[in-house]
Amino acid sequence: MTTTTTTPPSTVTPPSTPLLNRFRVPAGFALGAVLLLGIAPVALSDFRLSLLAKYLCYAIVAVGVSLAWGRGGLMVLGQGVFLGLGGYAMAMHLKLTDAAANGEKLPDFMQLYGSGDALPWWWKPFANPGFALAMTVLLPMAVAAVLGFLVFRRRVKGAYFAILSQALAAALSIWLVGQQATTGGTNGLTDIQGFFGYSLDDPVNQRMVYFVIAAVLLLLMALARQLFVSRYGELLVAVRDSEERVRFLGYNPANIKLVAYVVAAGMAGLAGALFVPAVGIISPALIGIVPSIGFVIGAAVGGRASLVGAVLGAVAVAWAQSTLSDEFPAAWTYLQGLLFVLAVGFLPGGLASLGVVLRRRRTRTGTPATGETA
Amino acid sequence: MTVVLNQSFTGISIGAVLLLIALGLTLTFGQMGVINMAHGEFIMAGAYTTYVLQKSISSAGVSLLVALPLAFLVAGAMGALLEWLLIRRLYTRPLDTLLVTWGVSLMLQQLARDVFGAPNVQTAAPDILTGNISAGSVTFANNRLFILGLALLCVLGLTLILRFTPLGRRIRAVVQNRDLAEVSGIATGQVDRITFFIGSGLAGVAGVALTLVGPIGPTMGTNYIVDAFLVVVVGGIGQLKGAVITAFALGVLQSVLEYSTTVSVAKVVVLVAIVAFLQWRPQGLYTLRTRSLA
Amino acid sequence: MSGLSISRRGLLAGISAAGATAALSACGAKTGSDTSSGSAAKADTSGSTVKVGLLNSLSGTMAISEVTVHNSLLLAIKEINASGGVLGKKLKPISQDGASDWPTFAEKAEALITDDKVAATFGCWTSASRKAVKPVFERYKSLLFYPVQYEGLEESPYIFYIGATTNQQIVPALDYLKKQGLTKLYLVGSDYVFPRTANKIIKAYAKAKGLTVVGEDYAPLGSTEFSTIVNKVKGAGADAVFNTLNGDSNVAFFKEYKSAGLTAKSLPVLSVSIAEEEVKSIGTQYLDGQLTAWNYYETTPGAANKKFVAAYQAAYGKDKPTSDPMEAAYISVYLWKAMVEKAGSFDVAKVKAASDGIVFDAPEGTVTVDGATQHVYKTARIGKVGSDGLIEEVWNSGKPIKPDPYLKGYSWASGLS
Repeated sequence: MTTTTTTPPSTVTPPSTPLLNRFRVPAGFALGAVLLLGIAPVALSDFRLSLLAKYLCYAIVAVGVSLAWGRGGLMVLGQGVFLGLGGYAMAMHLKLTDAAANGEKLPDFMQLYGSGDALPWWWKPFANPGFALAMTVLLPMAVAAVLGFLVFRRRVKGAYFAILSQALAAALSIWLVGQQATTGGTNGLTDIQGFFGYSLDDPVNQRMVYFVIAAVLLLLMALARQLFVSRYGELLVAVRDSEERVRFLGYNPANIKLVAYVVAAGMAGLAGALFVPAVGIISPALIGIVPSIGFVIGAAVGGRASLVGAVLGAVAVAWAQSTLSDEFPAAWTYLQGLLFVLAVGFLPGGLASLGVVLRRRRTRTGTPATGETA
Repeated sequence: MTVVLNQSFTGISIGAVLLLIALGLTLTFGQMGVINMAHGEFIMAGAYTTYVLQKSISSAGVSLLVALPLAFLVAGAMGALLEWLLIRRLYTRPLDTLLVTWGVSLMLQQLARDVFGAPNVQTAAPDILTGNISAGSVTFANNRLFILGLALLCVLGLTLILRFTPLGRRIRAVVQNRDLAEVSGIATGQVDRITFFIGSGLAGVAGVALTLVGPIGPTMGTNYIVDAFLVVVVGGIGQLKGAVITAFALGVLQSVLEYSTTVSVAKVVVLVAIVAFLQWRPQGLYTLRTRSLA
Repeated sequence: MSGLSISRRGLLAGISAAGATAALSACGAKTGSDTSSGSAAKADTSGSTVKVGLLNSLSGTMAISEVTVHNSLLLAIKEINASGGVLGKKLKPISQDGASDWPTFAEKAEALITDDKVAATFGCWTSASRKAVKPVFERYKSLLFYPVQYEGLEESPYIFYIGATTNQQIVPALDYLKKQGLTKLYLVGSDYVFPRTANKIIKAYAKAKGLTVVGEDYAPLGSTEFSTIVNKVKGAGADAVFNTLNGDSNVAFFKEYKSAGLTAKSLPVLSVSIAEEEVKSIGTQYLDGQLTAWNYYETTPGAANKKFVAAYQAAYGKDKPTSDPMEAAYISVYLWKAMVEKAGSFDVAKVKAASDGIVFDAPEGTVTVDGATQHVYKTARIGKVGSDGLIEEVWNSGKPIKPDPYLKGYSWASGLS
């Protein structure tokens, strides 16, 4: 119901270039890989690279958003919840190993704000790296599966689903803030020093984290791309465009949507897990309603249904936010608002569709005979 | 016993605030299906209207009474303008209106910051509204009684308009079957704008009332917007009585939980309860029965 | 659902996998090993100007408070530049917006240190933002001057705490309440670190000194619904309310408080986060006669304060109030200047070494830097909100109190940290 994702093939590409098309995607990926893994680490300072690492985490969330929202039409306004779950799972493990490395029983904040000197039971399994790593992805996916199963089965959709997601995001962040003794409260989990034995103070290790994040992003983009072009991907688009017809064809749209939702949640969880070593902090501020909307907005500006568009949009919006807000805090807010209004309101395909829209307009003005009469 | 009575009144007064902030949304979201995230900023506009008025009318009581209709007009005009500029282009994409109006709300907040400054501003409440009435050991705060009265008055007014005026009939016709309304000669575009005007205007009225209990600042709208949507969603689309019942039920639930646990826990439990409730009744308390598949 | 038939499998996964392995093979220092290998960022002090960083929230929910701190930092820098700068170099302020978001604070702190190569940074307001930037300043061995009263229990070698710690604000406030015979306290706070830690200290104090805490309630940050809490307060039989609410919540709380028929006479509220700016936005109608605990008020006597208030209002407007965090921010720049001049260098280690015993004639009275804790000796002052919106001092500690962030000098506090 939402977007114009499938570009009319006749107007854009002449039918005689299947060969070019076949190499376009791999070439694009190769270019991305060279940029992210080859050029960026050389061209950017340690600090800029760590910023890029953070933006790439948002980009990983955007890959999931592109799948669930761009292709599946599910307005996922609760991605902060999944990012938070993944991030907290990772941060809990790292805090525990930091404490162990310093010869202490409890993470620093628990010593300050905690009530006793025993580790809460639900912290204990996170001392195991395997368990913690698995949880960064499985926990968000499990939550998404339970929620999605109930919601999609009852055919809750559109606005209801969006508002429900927001309520959940608000609930989780308020809960985390309230449990200061065991979650660090508003502060979140801060001052994370090591990443699986490697000190995060060392710029070399910071670069290593960046490489991991960039590699994960590329990997997930490849995975998402495969999903997009698979039969499942087509079904997902079909559900988005006309759920009833898909149901009448004998499919169960609830399951189709559930898969997209759960995969998107897993990606957000992974992004959260990687965010922790990249930034050194996870806090409820990343979970609430506002950041959750932010994750969607980046994808919307870039182009929700286009993988590359969503990823670039997420990176660009995050970059603009951090560079422009210092110089022009007021002007940036206006610009940000205006950007959302224009991109979503008037360019639903996002910036990725700008080329197509312009080309279509040009063809229309160029050949008035066909354009006007059609 | 005192506690129970006091808390019941508290619950009802929380409910009255919820009802007042959600009432406009029952029109714009409930009737028209538009997710307007800038609704909170229309509340803000109402509050700032009170503030500006108080600078020229020194009597707090008079300025409050003048502010009510004026805020309705100011917020209503902003809403109508928003509808005309943006929302009418997006009726087929309700979820996109969420993002677009979110952008609008960011801009309106910044506008308030530039015009009135980032810090909160204060308005004086008339003396009569800062006192209270005691009946035995139970205290009724006057400002809460005022808000309760105002909320009920607005509900009554809205019901009367929707039921008994030609405008109300047109609004209901458009909501129930837009195409049929159009071929029957109703200017649906105009009806949309008027509906949006009234819905946004009610947000302005809520803003005036909120100056009596809460802060007045550029971000005040964000405090209320999600609660307002939840009331409408739980109440059921297109149903005034659903919103009324939900607002008071959530208010009482909130106050009972707050009393027996903590405010944070109460808030979390209420939110989770809403999520669970929507699993059970995804269309809300009351549903408009239609034969549509969607 | 039908099966997933993924076509063109494994298309490019290889590339990314290769990238990942390449990345993992290049590894740096392990945890626990000496990390001084590092990264101590060199401040650039070679030119005719020296950059200093201002790290405040210019947008978002905290902007309300932090913009005023930002303004007074700029005022101090302007004054210092007008009188010749520091070691003959003019200061160039670089502002970064923390945007009320803690990870953003960490990012901006790193930008100031590594990109702008500032000699020192001034700012942060909330404890959460301070906790977020603390590892950054420690990693790069760069200095932060933190201007706000806070919950104590912290001593970072790279942070100077210019606001009060608990024994300079909360403990004297409790002493004052006790002296007034107000022994039954109800604690109301926002749900975050400062109120929870403050209340822990209050409860320890109460237990040792014969006060009773008759209730304790927290509201989520930004909460504006206080009818239940006020109901509870009313029914608890308290003598006084100790209020650690933050920001917007205070407005809603005091409006509710008044309409429940509670007044400063019947049940006084002592607040530790309400300064002149907040009084203005809540309204004296609701605050008249209520108590506050700070180290500075706009009305604090002395020539230094007259000059500060006049300079601030000349720069930012006649109706603008000055408050404790603003004053602390203002003096933090002067204190840093004095340290640098005593050290004769901008070098962080030398500045730290020179800090002990720096005395400054501040608007709040004479302050002295305590080199061991990197806090400041401050005079505690209890004030009463007047009907004109200003806060009049009703009691002070007589002399500056030695900072004691871990409350080591107080036997009743031994179980706290």
